[in-house]
Amino acid sequence: MSGVVGADARPIRLRKVTRRYGDLVVLDRFDLELDEGRVTAVMGANGSGKTTIARLVLGLDAPDGGTVDGVDGRSLAAIFQENRLCEHLSAADNVRLVLDHADRDSVVRHLRGAGLPGDALDRPVRTLSGGQRRRVAIVRALAGDADLVVMDEPFSGIDTRSKARLIDYVRGRLEGRTALLITHDSKEARRFGARVVKLGRVTKPGRTA
Amino acid sequence: MTSTTEVKEATGRRAAATWRRVAKLTLVAAFWVAVWQVIAWAVGRDFILASPVDVALRLGELVREWDFWTTVGLSLFRIALGFVLAALVGSLLAALSGAYRVVDALVSPLVSAIRSIPVVSFIILVLLWADASLLATITSFLIVLPIVYGNVYEGIRQRSPTMLEFAVVFRVPWRRRILAIDAPAILPYFVAACRTGVGLAWKSGVAAEVIGVVDGSIGEKLYRAKVFLESADLFAWTIVIVVLSMACEAAVLRALRRAPGGVA
Repeated sequence: MSGVVGADARPIRLRKVTRRYGDLVVLDRFDLELDEGRVTAVMGANGSGKTTIARLVLGLDAPDGGTVDGVDGRSLAAIFQENRLCEHLSAADNVRLVLDHADRDSVVRHLRGAGLPGDALDRPVRTLSGGQRRRVAIVRALAGDADLVVMDEPFSGIDTRSKARLIDYVRGRLEGRTALLITHDSKEARRFGARVVKLGRVTKPGRTA
Repeated sequence: MTSTTEVKEATGRRAAATWRRVAKLTLVAAFWVAVWQVIAWAVGRDFILASPVDVALRLGELVREWDFWTTVGLSLFRIALGFVLAALVGSLLAALSGAYRVVDALVSPLVSAIRSIPVVSFIILVLLWADASLLATITSFLIVLPIVYGNVYEGIRQRSPTMLEFAVVFRVPWRRRILAIDAPAILPYFVAACRTGVGLAWKSGVAAEVIGVVDGSIGEKLYRAKVFLESADLFAWTIVIVVLSMACEAAVLRALRRAPGGVA
């Protein structure tokens, strides 16, 4: 992991991006620039192309037209819509899988910080509840020091009471880092002090379109 | 938290289930041995069908002979070697085919051809080309190779694309990726190949030894039993082959249970 990129890093920018799936045009000459060192939230209705944007930024999808710049050379981390955990590994081992030099104590600290109970740390994640599994997926993305963090509906499956604590953990970990938040929830975007982009137009920080 | 009493009860239930399974198997075996004995009485000629008692007595004699153990050891070594080599080469070729289209284009048709060729053709070819002592190894290798290749290749194709994307995004080092993502996905397919492959390795390996009359092999003993109409020997050695095959399968599955994501 390379740590937070310097001021000379090129901005992450989607320029006139078009993405089609068959006849369906999901994004049409779409522009987006992520603010360096803070969270940019993308909001929109179902099927409006939010996840497509996340995939384009992560390099998992290529645009049919336009360009995605500024991602090359950065270390990436993602909280996908699905947890994408190694089911046979423990919570701690799932996190260590993506870290180069992680001592167990620090991994345990992260998992406990995200609200995972002590007895869930060393069990295969397939035996954990949905909320616990989501926490593992979140910690896996944030325990390292990736330059760019992409979060696609990161708090889905988390109950309202636990969400506040988890958001605090995520906010703490994102401090000073560039992040893209895909969400339905305008409150979530506000909690992160994010610049909110409703697909097609940009609003001022903290306000939803 | 589970209490000590609950753990004891669970252990007791498991032990009772094991005993029930053993009792059931014993009853089934006893039934078929009884049927065998009745047919042996009805036939009334030892050289056509030896009775279970005769076979058991003969087996008792054989295991007391040094020659029995050297024969078993030699055949076991040759056939197991063929199986292990096929498992290694088949897995490696499948991995290369999964990674490189050009390897896939070259290897898949070859493996399909090997799969279609009759065992006896291999045996005769190996007898022409190589030393008879290599016969069982090469034959079992050629029979098991397509099974392992086909299954592992399918396992590679069935890996979760979402997990592969995760590995790409997080730049998971290849060794960790193999252990955490690839191996657990491929292992069930590899296990299925091993289950089938062990039995086929023994069947084809011993058949090769019989046809090639390989000195000091189980196949040679079977051949001699046929020539001298020693039905008790034929059955005794057949039982030995079945036991060896089952023991090999159990050993392979036990080893695979310890592999990453092992569920064999």
